[in-house]
Amino acid sequence: MNLSHEFGSALVVCFAAIFTGNILLTTFLGMCSFLSVSREVKTAVGLGTAVVFVMTCTTILNWAMYWLVLVPLQIEFYRFILFIIVIAAFVQFIEMVIERYSPPLYYSLGIFLPLITVNCAILGAALFMVIRKYTFMETIGYGFGSGAGWMLAIVAMAGIRQKLAVNRIPQGLQGPGITLIIAGLMALGFIGFTGVLQAQ
Amino acid sequence: MLAFLVTVGIVSAIAAALAGILVFAEQFISNYGDCTVDINAGTRTFTVKGGKALLGTLVGEKLFVPSACGGRGTCGYCKVKVLEGAGPLLPTEEPFLSAAERAANVRLACQVKIRNDLKIEVPPDLLAVREFTCTVARITQLTHDIRAYRLALIDPPEINFIAGQYAQLLAPVYPKSSEEVYRAYSIASDPRDKKAIELIIRLVPGGICTTYCFEYLKEGDQVKFNGPYGEFRMADTTAPMIMIAGGSGMAPIKCILQHMQNIGSTRDARYFFGANQVCELFEQDWMKQREQTLPHFAFVPVVLRPETEWHGETGLVTHAVERAYTDLSGHEAYLCGSPGMIDACIVVLTKLGMPKTKIYYDKFA
Repeated sequence: MNLSHEFGSALVVCFAAIFTGNILLTTFLGMCSFLSVSREVKTAVGLGTAVVFVMTCTTILNWAMYWLVLVPLQIEFYRFILFIIVIAAFVQFIEMVIERYSPPLYYSLGIFLPLITVNCAILGAALFMVIRKYTFMETIGYGFGSGAGWMLAIVAMAGIRQKLAVNRIPQGLQGPGITLIIAGLMALGFIGFTGVLQAQ
Repeated sequence: MLAFLVTVGIVSAIAAALAGILVFAEQFISNYGDCTVDINAGTRTFTVKGGKALLGTLVGEKLFVPSACGGRGTCGYCKVKVLEGAGPLLPTEEPFLSAAERAANVRLACQVKIRNDLKIEVPPDLLAVREFTCTVARITQLTHDIRAYRLALIDPPEINFIAGQYAQLLAPVYPKSSEEVYRAYSIASDPRDKKAIELIIRLVPGGICTTYCFEYLKEGDQVKFNGPYGEFRMADTTAPMIMIAGGSGMAPIKCILQHMQNIGSTRDARYFFGANQVCELFEQDWMKQREQTLPHFAFVPVVLRPETEWHGETGLVTHAVERAYTDLSGHEAYLCGSPGMIDACIVVLTKLGMPKTKIYYDKFA
């Protein structure tokens, strides 16, 4: 398989992860921070950027962990525990580094890092990467695409919720209720993309 | 069996390696060295190991910045001016700071981390705040759910406070509460009496500190409080005063009246005390005596629904104020009570022409 072909398939996987197989709107992973941090576009962008960064890096790290450590040692069944440990350690480490060396970045991005240590979308991406047997290039595309898709969804949701803030909503539906309904409608919208790309 | 042990060993080794990296990073990356905190341009300085939040560090240095939420960034009380070294404003602080406060470099001490030398500014009063150990000298039952607690100071032996200020009483861990909490109560006693303070406390059903006071605290017990805090005090003018406070809100008003007597004030003052029933009135004799000793003071108890024979004012306390005055543009008002009561009073007072800047209040939630 030549390089340009691999690059092409990585690109396809990336677009599929953003639109047709959006991790948030088709598998409903990472809902907790999606619901709680989607009140303002500004904070949604901050959290979304942090997710893109962490998801790209941790899927790559976990790809290496899986294929270079777990498979040779035949302990693939430990991937759940080890993926989570890798993610937690990576996020902690990056938070310390950013806090020390780039205060401006820390204030715009770093403060969201603790929120996503236990985000199930991050672990979900690593596990899908294994199930779908992605190559290294495809993993990069998938990690970045999943993060970007998650960010797209939360920023869109924050935009909608900012508009809703001035609208009158029945009392029983205020807050999480209306947010879940919107999430459902957005998911329906994204399912409309499914036929566009025939890749998983 | 061997395979089982090997796999567990491998997983543990990977986890230990990652933990090792983090410990290493903590040691070398998160090490900010010693940082110097300068308070009020050199009035006080101290050096601490960097990396911790400012609020906890200040409290550790016995500088009691008020805080109700314990540093979770939800109450917005721990405001201090950080002149140098705080870094940009955090999204977690934004909701609590007005545009004017942001321009003045006001920050929430619980959100600011000490990463380098800091220059901060706190109200000078705060530097006078101390932690006091005292014994409960006397408990007086005032009504069915209000008691006065007289606390005799042990260490430090004396307190200086301004009439109207409050103290934060510490409720320690006790059978019904698993954490230490501080709660604010206005000081009701004579400011000249430096060896003791008196707090008027109403039992709040389910309240951590008031339950402690009512069910566990006995005469002779030791308690701790810190203080004094607060900007609520008598303004230095000669304008006639209206005071409105019901229940335990009487505490700062009583203190201010005592202070007026101490300095021989001849200001015109009228105190409207609101109660639901006649049995909720207290300290009436003390107020009657002040009517004798202060030249222009009147005590006006207002009872909403008198259950026995009652010759005084009835109805809501705000209605009594409306009946008594037609124009309040030259008056000053001193309010103490729940947010709902204070907001209602402000509406009535401004309707009668009082400027908002002349309304002083102490809101307790």
